[in-house]
Amino acid sequence: MRAVDNAVGVKIPKNARIIRNLLMGAQFQHDHLVHFYHLHALDWVDIVSALKADPKKAAALSDNVSNAKVGGAAYFKQVQQRLQTFVDSGQLGPFANAYWGHSAYKLPPEANLMASAHYIEALRLQSKSARMHAVFGGKNPHPQSLVVGGVTCVKDLSPDRIAEFLYLTKETQEFIKNVYIPDLLAVASFYKDWGAIGGTTNFMAWGEFPQNDEEPESLYMPRGVIKNRDVGKVMMADQDKVTEDVTRAWYEDGPALHPYEGETKPVQEDPKYRPGDGKYSWFKAPRYDGEPCEVGPLARVLVAYGKGHKDIKPVVDSVLKQLGVPVTALFSTLGRTAARGIETIAIGDQVQNWTMDLIENLKNGDTSTYEPYEMPDSAMGVGLNDVPRGSLSHYLHIEDGKIRNYQYVVPSTWNLGPRDAKGKLGPVEEALIGTPVADPKQPLEVLRTVHSFDPCVACGVHVIDPDSNQVYKVKAI
Amino acid sequence: MGQERDFYERLERKGVSRRDFMKYCTLLTATMGLSSSFVPKIADVFASPAQRPPVIWLHFGECTGCSEGLLRSMYPFIDELVLEVLSVEYHETIMVAAGHQAEEQLHASVKKYDGKFICVVEGSIPTKYNGGYGKIGGRSFLDIAKEVCPKAAAVISIGTCASFGGIPAAAPNPGGYKGVGDALGIKALNLPGCPPNPINLVGTIVNYLLLGKLPDLDELGRPYFAYGKTIHDQCPRRGHFENEEFVEEFGSEEAALGYCLYNVGCRGPETYNNCPTAKFNDGTSWPVEAGHPCIGCSEPKFWDNFTPFYEEM
Repeated sequence: MRAVDNAVGVKIPKNARIIRNLLMGAQFQHDHLVHFYHLHALDWVDIVSALKADPKKAAALSDNVSNAKVGGAAYFKQVQQRLQTFVDSGQLGPFANAYWGHSAYKLPPEANLMASAHYIEALRLQSKSARMHAVFGGKNPHPQSLVVGGVTCVKDLSPDRIAEFLYLTKETQEFIKNVYIPDLLAVASFYKDWGAIGGTTNFMAWGEFPQNDEEPESLYMPRGVIKNRDVGKVMMADQDKVTEDVTRAWYEDGPALHPYEGETKPVQEDPKYRPGDGKYSWFKAPRYDGEPCEVGPLARVLVAYGKGHKDIKPVVDSVLKQLGVPVTALFSTLGRTAARGIETIAIGDQVQNWTMDLIENLKNGDTSTYEPYEMPDSAMGVGLNDVPRGSLSHYLHIEDGKIRNYQYVVPSTWNLGPRDAKGKLGPVEEALIGTPVADPKQPLEVLRTVHSFDPCVACGVHVIDPDSNQVYKVKAI
Repeated sequence: MGQERDFYERLERKGVSRRDFMKYCTLLTATMGLSSSFVPKIADVFASPAQRPPVIWLHFGECTGCSEGLLRSMYPFIDELVLEVLSVEYHETIMVAAGHQAEEQLHASVKKYDGKFICVVEGSIPTKYNGGYGKIGGRSFLDIAKEVCPKAAAVISIGTCASFGGIPAAAPNPGGYKGVGDALGIKALNLPGCPPNPINLVGTIVNYLLLGKLPDLDELGRPYFAYGKTIHDQCPRRGHFENEEFVEEFGSEEAALGYCLYNVGCRGPETYNNCPTAKFNDGTSWPVEAGHPCIGCSEPKFWDNFTPFYEEM
């Protein structure tokens, strides 16, 4: 949308900018919550061990660390019984054949019970939180009110709709502050060694949430690049410096190209994994100024932290202090997972503020939601976003009234992309080096780092034992 | 009965009254086109299943939006569906196991429930180059589907991709992607939509649990209860169409008045689905209510046939 806005040269109205920010902010609240509890937590939480917990102690722990609305020994006993009934049924469903009892699980049974209970609470809350998208977007997933020039939901800028949205974002934010963040800190305190595992080197964020027409100056989450972990030296990120390399990807060979010139020509054969220097991935290898960069919550938080962001910096400092770990611990699997929670607090609070801005603007008599435009015969346009998983850019080239080229570089391509012509590793590849694996047949530790990137892909991780050359395949979704 | 009492007590503790739940069952019954006498029976399906029916959910060429849609299910909430109503034996997004452990689980559950499980397929299947464009653990989607689907009691294609090929199959379709029925040469039950409303999946499964058979299907394999009428015929803005009151530009006074979106490209007249009546996310809204024309996302080849989206048909 932003790429086409840019190509046709339309300036969207203030209400449209705010509504787009609200939809994106709601996406952060929702996605990060679901990622933490439903796509990542069970890498750290042993749900079977929860059956051995003392509900009274779990209640005491929960009272001690969180302000969860629900709790108490009776509640935890009931959750435990529900899990016991489930296990006794012999139908373990999605929890079957997992890594329960693995030596890398470190939480005591009571912490496991608390986190398991909140896994269920979050599962329920997220279906409600998703209604935020439906209020201004018609449905979730895949909201459908965004158009070039603005938004279509003019009829929903009514007091009842805005109140509905505000109620939902507040309820979600309450859970984020009272349950998600305390759980994150409680779990992290048992896994501080993961503050030295799973780190990468370079970080890039396009930034997100324009607060007026000036970009990148007004972006709430700032734009920037950090090289060699030098957080003190955040440089401006320039989209001209992006290229994609296909040397090791299943596309026809060619030079590394800027996405405006980018080509997507998949190999015309059954692609095979070829060890050595062959092709092995459907991802291209995006590079910034020739270097691989991690994108996502950690990159955004580091860029904001390095720039002394008024909301992000204090939360980062407080989390580091609470866990008793140094700043360098941010460059890790633990840091990545913590950064996701940190930005959720800051962005979620802004969603409420932006809703107030919307009300104020409407009160002032501005009801405009859409700006008409002429579609040019030829034009180029770029749209830069930072979505929950990371930096996303779209590139459009219009010629003779038609799309000549359309390319996008998505967050998981940055993070999970393969090696390039120079043999430089992609960020996830780099992050996995040195990961301790207690049992190669049950590589739970590998999943922790892969999942911490919130990959938008079914990716294959191959764990190879150098002695036996036995290959273990790990699928991380 | 004790189990049923437990069920309602649990609902109450979650802030869902028995009345709310019965209301949902009534909505579901109406969506499915069953008589109201089925309401208590549907409630029973959720309250006390003897053995939870096994579901094996396969992911192929897709974006996981259909799974995400199911996660938004309310009454029954997704945790009830997973813990108490169904036994989701294999589902790559929500299952904890990965790699070998996940593959073992797939094989074990297909074997254990041979001929008895519901197979839900999300995503389309590449058929060119031996199905080489889509693989899991080195095996092509096509191989996996050929092995698993014929052993199911019923195959449900969820979403437009699994039903008709969807976006991966849009021109020029380099991988030769096809819907499940086409790729395997079987008759699948299709629940198209991008994503489909989870109530239509729940309705289909309840129909199966309650009556022991799948609902009646049209010639494209879609249940009549959900896809029997066009969006246009059920649209609350239909009156404006009849009165020739049209939106010509988004954000206009006509748009604010909720006029008909036909002239800005609405595909409602050619699209069969129950979006206007079922609505999404607990009845919060649907695209036309948000002022956006229907793009016909549940129709075969919608990406090729219905674009450019913002031009009148």
